[in-house]
Amino acid sequence: MSIFEYNGSALVAMVGKNCFAIASDRRLGVQLQTIATDFQRISKIHDRLFLGLSGLATDAQTLYQRLVFRHKLYQLREERDMKPETFANLVSAILYEKRFGPYFCQPVIAGLGDDDKPFICTMDSIGAKELAKDFVVAGTASESLYGACESMFKEDMEPEELFETVSQALLSSVDRDCLSGWGGHVYVVTPTEVKERLLKGRMD
Amino acid sequence: MECVFGLVGNDFAVVAADTSAVHSILVHKSNEDKIMVLDSHKLIAASGESGDRVQFTEYIQKNVALYQFRNGIPLTTAAAANFTRGELATALRKNPYSVNILLAGYDKETGPSLYYIDYIATLHKVDKGAFGYGSYFSLAMMDRHFHSGMTVKEAIDLVDKCIMEIRSRLVVAPPNFVIKIVDKDGAREYAWRESVKDAAVA
Repeated sequence: MSIFEYNGSALVAMVGKNCFAIASDRRLGVQLQTIATDFQRISKIHDRLFLGLSGLATDAQTLYQRLVFRHKLYQLREERDMKPETFANLVSAILYEKRFGPYFCQPVIAGLGDDDKPFICTMDSIGAKELAKDFVVAGTASESLYGACESMFKEDMEPEELFETVSQALLSSVDRDCLSGWGGHVYVVTPTEVKERLLKGRMD
Repeated sequence: MECVFGLVGNDFAVVAADTSAVHSILVHKSNEDKIMVLDSHKLIAASGESGDRVQFTEYIQKNVALYQFRNGIPLTTAAAANFTRGELATALRKNPYSVNILLAGYDKETGPSLYYIDYIATLHKVDKGAFGYGSYFSLAMMDRHFHSGMTVKEAIDLVDKCIMEIRSRLVVAPPNFVIKIVDKDGAREYAWRESVKDAAVA
């Protein structure tokens, strides 16, 4: 079993009309055994920027702590929040620092940039950025997620429709992956509010 | 194989661990206490390589005591758990410790809590947790019978059910277990469950 599949994870981020959604599964496992069904994979960096980390949970926790530290320093020095594009560059640089002993994580970054334009990107474990205009996926269920998102995605969805689309794509994909699932966690972010919702799917 | 498990009750947390010290096919002793009292209101139940286990848990214990000496107040359970995870994570890519930990504690403000800390420094706050081959049996028993807000009697009943399950279904089942509890009155030994007593030294 690959080290990326040790804990199991599923992450997806999708762009809508002046909004974005980022969703994850809730399972924390150790290979075949499930340890917890309430694991948080998505963290808020600031009100308009969210980071999801798939892959090895210990590296996801370490990486999250390092990135929050760097963002807090940035806030002190610049007296403002980081733009999503800048944060993506920071994550990429931190991952490449460990090129020959990497963090076994695949981050998904989603945020609202200037003029409330949604920004999403993902990268591999050594920081190769992949910008997309529609959706990005990561985790053990990524192949299923690609298929589900490709068929369900539409341009310029409103927040409510976006939530439905992301939820259906996530749940149908994790149902085909034994290492991820046990519900879902969806954040839908518009310029005015952040809606956090829990999904109940197949609890296995 | 080493069995460690624990759960959170209504105002206490209980952990149980087997007490065999084994090297390959030889059982050195069957009354080895693997649950260390970290401070007045914290317990650390550890399983893994015996050298690493003792070394690492003593290191954590001394650092937790140092914090209390320096700052005059004890660490919260969450802080102790995060400190432990930090030490494991730092050592992971240099000189990893092969120790799995269940950290149980009681804080006046937040009540009882249990933290699952993997040997590769995965940290998660849980209501019930277990390590080792015994976890296949104890987690299943706890999934069936656990509910939030259990009394001490109910929790110890459940712990005993898990021990019975491990004893009857695990091929190299450890014979003896120690159960420790932590609540507002502190961390202390609750009971031993022995089916084999070490012969007294003449």
